[in-house]
Amino acid sequence: MSVNIIIKNAVKKYGENTIIKGLDLSVKKGEFFTLLGPSGCGKTTLLRMIAGFNSIEGGDFYFNDKRINDLNPSVRHIGMVFQNYAIFPHMTVRKNVEFGLKNKKFPTDQIRSQTDRFLKLMQIDSFADRMPDKLSGGQQQRVALARALVIEPNVLLMDEPLSNLDAKLRLEMRSVIKQIQNSVGITTIYVTHDQEEAMAVSDRIAVMNAGVIQHIGTPKDIYQRPANLFVSTFIGRSNILKGRLNIQSGRAVLEIGDYRANIDGVADKHLKQQDVQVSVRPEEFLLSHAQSDEGIPATVDDAVFLGLNTHYFVHMDDGERVEIIQESTMKNDIKAGSRISLGVNTEKINLFSSDGSQNLLSGVNNDVTQN
Amino acid sequence: MKKTIRLDMWKGISFFFLALFLLILVYPLFGILRQSVISGEGQFTFAEFQKFFSQPYYTKTIINSLTVSIAITLATLLIGVPFAYFYSFYQLKGAKFLFVIAILCTMSAPFIGAYSWIMLLGRSGLITKFIRDAFGIRIGSIYGFNGILLVQALKLFPLVFIYMNGVFKNIDSTLLEAAENMGCTGIKRFFKVIIQLAMPTILAASLLVFMRAFADFGTPLLIGEGYRTFPVEIYNQYLGENGTNYSFASAISVIAILVTTAIFFLQKWITKRYNFPISALHPVTKKTPKGIRGVLMYVYCYALIAIAFLPQLYIVYLSFRNMDGAVIKDGFSLGNFEMASKRLLGRSVSNTLIFGAVALIIIILFAILISYLVVRRSNPLNNGIDTLAMIPYIMPGSVIGIALVIAFGKQPFALTGTAAIMIMALVIRRMPYTIRSATATLQNIPISTEEAAISLGASKLKTFARVTVPMMGNGIISGAVLSWVAIVTELSSAIILYNNRNITMTMSAYVAISRGNYGLAAAFSTLLTALTTVSLIVYLWLSKSEDIKL
Ligand SMILES: Nc1ncnc2c1ncn2[C@@H]1O[C@H](COP(=O)(O)OP(=O)(O)O)[C@@H](O)[C@H]1O
Ligand SMILES: [Mg+2]
Repeated sequence: MSVNIIIKNAVKKYGENTIIKGLDLSVKKGEFFTLLGPSGCGKTTLLRMIAGFNSIEGGDFYFNDKRINDLNPSVRHIGMVFQNYAIFPHMTVRKNVEFGLKNKKFPTDQIRSQTDRFLKLMQIDSFADRMPDKLSGGQQQRVALARALVIEPNVLLMDEPLSNLDAKLRLEMRSVIKQIQNSVGITTIYVTHDQEEAMAVSDRIAVMNAGVIQHIGTPKDIYQRPANLFVSTFIGRSNILKGRLNIQSGRAVLEIGDYRANIDGVADKHLKQQDVQVSVRPEEFLLSHAQSDEGIPATVDDAVFLGLNTHYFVHMDDGERVEIIQESTMKNDIKAGSRISLGVNTEKINLFSSDGSQNLLSGVNNDVTQN
Repeated sequence: MKKTIRLDMWKGISFFFLALFLLILVYPLFGILRQSVISGEGQFTFAEFQKFFSQPYYTKTIINSLTVSIAITLATLLIGVPFAYFYSFYQLKGAKFLFVIAILCTMSAPFIGAYSWIMLLGRSGLITKFIRDAFGIRIGSIYGFNGILLVQALKLFPLVFIYMNGVFKNIDSTLLEAAENMGCTGIKRFFKVIIQLAMPTILAASLLVFMRAFADFGTPLLIGEGYRTFPVEIYNQYLGENGTNYSFASAISVIAILVTTAIFFLQKWITKRYNFPISALHPVTKKTPKGIRGVLMYVYCYALIAIAFLPQLYIVYLSFRNMDGAVIKDGFSLGNFEMASKRLLGRSVSNTLIFGAVALIIIILFAILISYLVVRRSNPLNNGIDTLAMIPYIMPGSVIGIALVIAFGKQPFALTGTAAIMIMALVIRRMPYTIRSATATLQNIPISTEEAAISLGASKLKTFARVTVPMMGNGIISGAVLSWVAIVTELSSAIILYNNRNITMTMSAYVAISRGNYGLAAAFSTLLTALTTVSLIVYLWLSKSEDIKL
C-alpha cells in the first residue's frame, strides 16, 4: 500500500550546526520523487530523517495521516536501497531477500512464493543460492532492490543507488529502477546529485541547495522555467549574461550590450526597468555567420564537431565567453577564428532578477510553498 | 519533543564493563601503586623506590632491560626488513613455507628458544662440544646479553616481517615507477621511498617488538644468568628467600609501567608525524630473483628461517631421545613422554585446554561487545571503558601476575592457585589485542548494512545477533586463534599464579627445565609445539590470507 508523504517545517541540527531549517515537502501517492542537489546539500540527511535513522530536531513527518516522527525505523515499513547496497555478505541472495519477510512473520509458503516473485521480477532468480560476493555490482543492486521491495513497503527510499556503477550499467539500472517503480506503483524518494539521471527517472524533482529546496517541478518545468539562477545553472548548462530590462511603450525589451530583443513572457509584477541576469542555454543561441548590426558581435575560439551537434566556444567582443551548441550542417563553414554575430531564442531563454533569486518570466511552475 | 530515559540493554552492558574493569584492572593497578608506597608497618614511604634507585644492583635491571630490548628491536628490523622485502617484491620458491615457519617461530612458547639454544650452544651444548672437539676452538658465551639478543631477535623478527609484508603489499607500483622516472633507483629508492612509505608500520612493529622484548620473562630467566632484567627481578622478589617482598616487587612494577607507558606515548607521538594512508590500486608485481643476487636472496631467507626454527626442531628431536636429567643417552624412545604422563601431564593438558577455551570465549565475547559499544554507541562512558581495556597493554605479564596476587591473593578473594585467577590473568593479558582487532573490523563494516536490517523490520537485538556479529565473524575468529596460541604459551604471569592444581603445559615444561629434567621438558615442549602448530594450521585455513595480526 502506497502512501503520500508530507513533511512540515522539518529541522535538522548536528550539534550547533543547522543543516536543514524549516523544510516543507509533499510527495504524492505512487510518485517517483527525486531530491537533487550538489553534494553536501543535505539530501541524505533528509532521506535518513524519513527513514528514521536520523533524529528529527523539529517539524512533522506524515505518511498519509499518520505522524511518524517517533516511530522506530523497523516499524515505518520502508524499503531502503543504499549507495553501497548494504547486502548482508554472510547470507545468500535468497536469504537476503527473505530477511524482511521473516521479520514480519509471514507464513513459510508465502515467504517462498513472494521471494520467488521478486527474484524473477529483478531477474536474479538464477543467482538465488549464490553468496553476494560472487555477484557483479549491477546484480548486487538488483538484490538490494528486490530485498527492499519484497516486503511491499509503504515507501521506497533510494540514496544515490547508481553512483557505484560504471557508466553503462548506470544507464541500464536506471531504466530497470524506473520500470519496476512503475509496475509496483510505490511512492519513491530518490536521491541523486546527477541531474541527467534525475530527469530520466523522476515524475517530479526537488532541487536542493544548502538545505533549502529551490524548486519542485516536473523535469520539463525545471529545465525550461527554472525558479532561480541556481536551478538554471545546476540543471543543464547555462550561459549567464548581464543584461537590462527596459519597458518601451508597454513592451519588455531585453538589452545585452547593443543587442535588443522583445521579450513577451515577463510576468506582470516584474514589468519594470531593471538590471537582469540572462540565462541562455547553449542551444538557445541563434548564430549567424553574416556580420549584422542586430546581433552581439563575437569570435569563434574553437569549433568541436560531435556528430549530431557541433559545439562552439566563443568570446564576445566585451570578453565574455559562452558555449553554443548547433545542429551540425552539411557545409559547416564556421571555423575557429570566424567572426559571427549572436542572437537569442527569446521564447526559450530565462531572465532572472539581478540577485538571481527569482525568475522574471511567467510560466514558472514551482510547488515549493512560499513562506 | 519527549525524551525517554530508558535503561536499555546496552547501557546495562556498559555499566557491567565499567564495574568489571574497575575490579579486575583498576583495582589491581591501584593495589600495586599503593603497595609500592606502603611500608610493612602501614606507613606511607618512598623507601622502596629509594632502595631501588640507590643501589646499582637494582637500577641495573631496568637499564639492562632497556638496553637489551632496544638491541633486540634494532636487530629484528635489521634481519626482518630485508626478509620482508625479498618476500614481498620477489617471487621466491617456497614462499608459503617460509611464511608458515616464520609464524611458527614467533608463536613458540617463551622459553623454548632459550632452552634449546642452551642445549645447542651452551657450556655443554651440542654445537659447542662439536666445535671444541673438532677444531679446538672455544666459542663465546651464549649466556647473558648475547644470548638474550640471539634468542629474542630470532623469535621476534617474524613480527617485523608480517607487519612489513602488510605494508609492502600496499605500496602502489606507480609510486615506485614515478620514483624511478625521477632518477631514484635501487638502494636509494629503497631508503628514500619504500622505507619512508613504510615508516608508520616500522614504528608500529618496533613498538610491538620492544614491548615483547621488554616484558619477556622466560628468556632472560634461563639464559640471562648475570645479566639481570626487571621481570626476573620482580619474580625473584616474589620468590624471595625470606618471604615475598610485595612492596619492593610493586615498586619495580611501577617503574616498569612508567617505562612502558613512556615508550607507548613516544611511539604514538612519532607515528603522528607519519600520518598518511597508503593503499595499492596497482600492487607491485613480484619479480623473479635472478643471478648471483637471486642466489644470495635465497640463501639469506632460507638460512634465516632454518636458524630461527632450529630450536624447535631440536627440542622435538630431544623429546624422543633417551635422557637422564640433563644428559643425552644413546638411543630413541618414548621414555620422556611416559615420564611426563606420570608428572601431571593429564592435568596440565586439561588445564591448558580448559583455561584457554574459557579465557578465549570470554575474550571474544568481551571484544565483540566492547567494540560494538565503542564503534556504534560512542559516548564518553564507552570510550572510557575502551581506554580502561587498554591498561594491560602497558603492563608486562609479570607485573600483571604480581598485581593479581596482591589484589586477589588475600581475603575476601583468596584466589591464588585457582582456575579463576589463571583465567582472569589470561583474559587480561590478551583482551586489548582482541578488542583492537574487533574494533578495526567493525569500523570497516558500513553501518548501512545494519540499517538495512532494521528498516526490514529486525529489532536492534536481532540485527546485532544476526547481522553485526556474523559480519565480524571472520575477523574475530582468525584473531582468536592467534590469541589462543598466546594463551596456551603464557608464562610470565602464570609463573606467579600457578601451583600444582592449576598448572598448565607451559608451566610443566618450565618446571621440568628449572629442575634440570631436560627430557621431560622436551616432551612437554614438543606437545606444546604440536598444539601451536595445529592452531596455526587452523588459522591459515580459516583466514585464507596473510593478513595476520599479532
Ligand atoms: N553525522 C553528521 N555529523 C555532523 N554533520 C553531518 C553529519 N552528517 C552529515 N553532516 C553534514 O550535513 C551536511 C549535509 O550532508 P548530507 O546530507 O550527507 O549531504 P548530501 O547527501 O546532500 O551530499 C553536510 O554539510 C555534512 O557535512
Ligand atoms: Mg549523500
